[in-house]
Amino acid sequence: MSKDQHPAKSFKSNRKKEDEDPGKLIKPPDQLELTEAELKEELIRTLTAKNPHAPQNLAHYKFHEAAYKLTTAVNHLAVHFVLEGCLEHQDIDETRVTTPEELTEDATGEEGEDSADEEGSGDGDADGDGGEEEEAVEDDIPAEPKVTNQFNFIERASQTLNNPLQGRSIQTIPPPRRNYIANACQWDIYDVYMEELQKRENNKDNDINKKILIETPSDDITQVAKSAMLLERMVNQNTFNEVAQDFKYFEDAADEFREQEGTVLPLWKFQYNKARMMCVTAFCWNFVYPDFFGVGLGSYDFSKQGRGMLLFYTLKNSTYPEYIFPTGSGVMTLDIHKQHSYLVAVGFHDGCVCVYNLKNKGQDPQYKSTINNGMHTDPVWQVRWQNDKSLNFYSVSSDGRVVSWTLSKNELVFTDAIRLALDYTVSDGLEGIQDLTNASGTSFDFHPQIDDLFVVGTQEGKIHKCSKNYSSQYLKTYQAHNMAVDRVKWNPYHPKVFISCSSDWTVKLWDMDYSVPMFAFELNTPVGDVDWAPYSSTVFAGVTTDGLVHVFDLAINKYQAICQQPVVNKKKTRLTHIEFNPVNPVIIVGDDRGIVISLKLSPNLRKKPKGKKGRDLVEGPEAEVAKMEKLLSLLRELEP
Amino acid sequence: MVWSAEVEETLQRIEANGSVMGVIVVNADGLPIRSSFESSKASKYADILRRLTAMARSTVRDVDPQDDLIVMRMSTKNQEVMVAQENSYHLILVQRLERSRV
Repeated sequence: MSKDQHPAKSFKSNRKKEDEDPGKLIKPPDQLELTEAELKEELIRTLTAKNPHAPQNLAHYKFHEAAYKLTTAVNHLAVHFVLEGCLEHQDIDETRVTTPEELTEDATGEEGEDSADEEGSGDGDADGDGGEEEEAVEDDIPAEPKVTNQFNFIERASQTLNNPLQGRSIQTIPPPRRNYIANACQWDIYDVYMEELQKRENNKDNDINKKILIETPSDDITQVAKSAMLLERMVNQNTFNEVAQDFKYFEDAADEFREQEGTVLPLWKFQYNKARMMCVTAFCWNFVYPDFFGVGLGSYDFSKQGRGMLLFYTLKNSTYPEYIFPTGSGVMTLDIHKQHSYLVAVGFHDGCVCVYNLKNKGQDPQYKSTINNGMHTDPVWQVRWQNDKSLNFYSVSSDGRVVSWTLSKNELVFTDAIRLALDYTVSDGLEGIQDLTNASGTSFDFHPQIDDLFVVGTQEGKIHKCSKNYSSQYLKTYQAHNMAVDRVKWNPYHPKVFISCSSDWTVKLWDMDYSVPMFAFELNTPVGDVDWAPYSSTVFAGVTTDGLVHVFDLAINKYQAICQQPVVNKKKTRLTHIEFNPVNPVIIVGDDRGIVISLKLSPNLRKKPKGKKGRDLVEGPEAEVAKMEKLLSLLRELEP
Repeated sequence: MVWSAEVEETLQRIEANGSVMGVIVVNADGLPIRSSFESSKASKYADILRRLTAMARSTVRDVDPQDDLIVMRMSTKNQEVMVAQENSYHLILVQRLERSRV
């Protein structure tokens, strides 16, 4: 209290006064002032054992309810003071009490170990002293076994020797590398798949005989053979570009102003330098490839018979023939098979008949007739393939025989179809000896619809209608011309009409039932060849030796040609043959210089029959037949 | 079998055409083996056109892998270049055209 008085001096004055009177109640200055009633109020205060500082609203997260819940049990234990003791009862078995004397008797190593043990127990320095005493007691009682410490857990750790790490590296030789760049497009993948497929198929077939592709030498230009041909054609197309355009698209506009007449427009000119001395003797268009045609070259001069040639051109390449076959004797006629367009039948001036196969490489025919094998003894003037499945063709020659040839595997087999006799009436004079002189056949043609019917033209100017079934008799004879009949041809539409031309300057149209021609045209010069148009039954064209091409359309003009045009120089060359292209409005004309000229027909020459007003235009073969029939009926009315 | 003489004849005929400036046959390795141009020009044409043709061929086959390029024809102001590809050989043809001014 006296000590307090020193600091009391700094207190306020009222405090000092109260210290003088110790018995008196001291009111602190900030004491709550309460009323009498409030002072008498009884307040209940309970005394509990609860810890007032313990939290009352502890909340723990309960996992099985997944929520925070108030913990009801709260620990009310309040620890005020903790002191860890270091004294233990001497009777406790757990510890051994050792005296200090015993401690000194032990080896220092053991001590050191034990003391190390005791230090590890975590009791602090105070325990270490106790431990020493315990160890001394231990040595006094050597008989008792040592009991390991179960409860006072001692953790012992030791560190093994770590092997020193040593780094060692080796560098190997790097694997050989190659850079590879490639593009893979869709077609690359496709190619690989196709190759794989091919390999698998080959394995399946187990084809041992298949030859491995021989490695061609790298500088072989035969690799580009097809391309060379293609490019040659392209060059020609470029060079003759206008011609190609004309061929395809040109229609002569002037035809509208020319009432009935038409013109022919010259297109390509085909010539081969080795064929210059030869005369064009035969033509044939290929029905499978309408731009392809064959030309037979020879000579019409009987005294000057030399070599001949067979050439095949295509309209796509006018500068050079596609196929060239030089022949020993002049070619007189040729025919390309309509379905198997690689088979070509050729008749020669020496009477021989050959069949060439265009698929074969080489210059020789596949089949050749020999003297023993039915060869003609005179020039073969015409050959014609038959349209049946067995490959056979007919030939007619000046020796008066019409022979049928069949292709068997290795050779030609012949049969005489008909013998053209001059006169089939049995002569009265000589018994039993028939007239053996033969007429010379110069041309023949098979009927397009009736298979076994054909007409033959002879050198005497007669035309005979024959049938394959009757080998010794003519069905009908027509006194056609005064000179040799150069050409007979059936009308492609009308079954009864055929046309004939001759060196006696005339072209005559016949109806098969009548002995008199329906139409006869005088052309003032020997007519070399005549051909029907494939698109109309009333159009035909002829060529004469004065270099003119005559085109007739009977539906338009019955008396005159609607086109008469010189195509070659009149004085120098003579036209020998003409043929219509089966598809395009083109005709080819051959002359005696070995040159072939292609001409395009103007629209007036290709007119189709106009339908009457109000009626639909009739097209097709029936219309053509009807057209012709109409013309013929007019004529028949005139005849008595 | 096509004889090389026939191919040679065909190429000679093409070259004999007045408007053709030249023909080059390029083998699979890209070397001109037969050319009517001088060799430097020929190798230049060969190199350039081979690449162009390869690209054209790739285009054609990308559209339809079963299709293939036959001929590529390039018409320019002065001339016309045609490249045909066969068996990895190339046949290049240059032709001079007289174009009418339109």
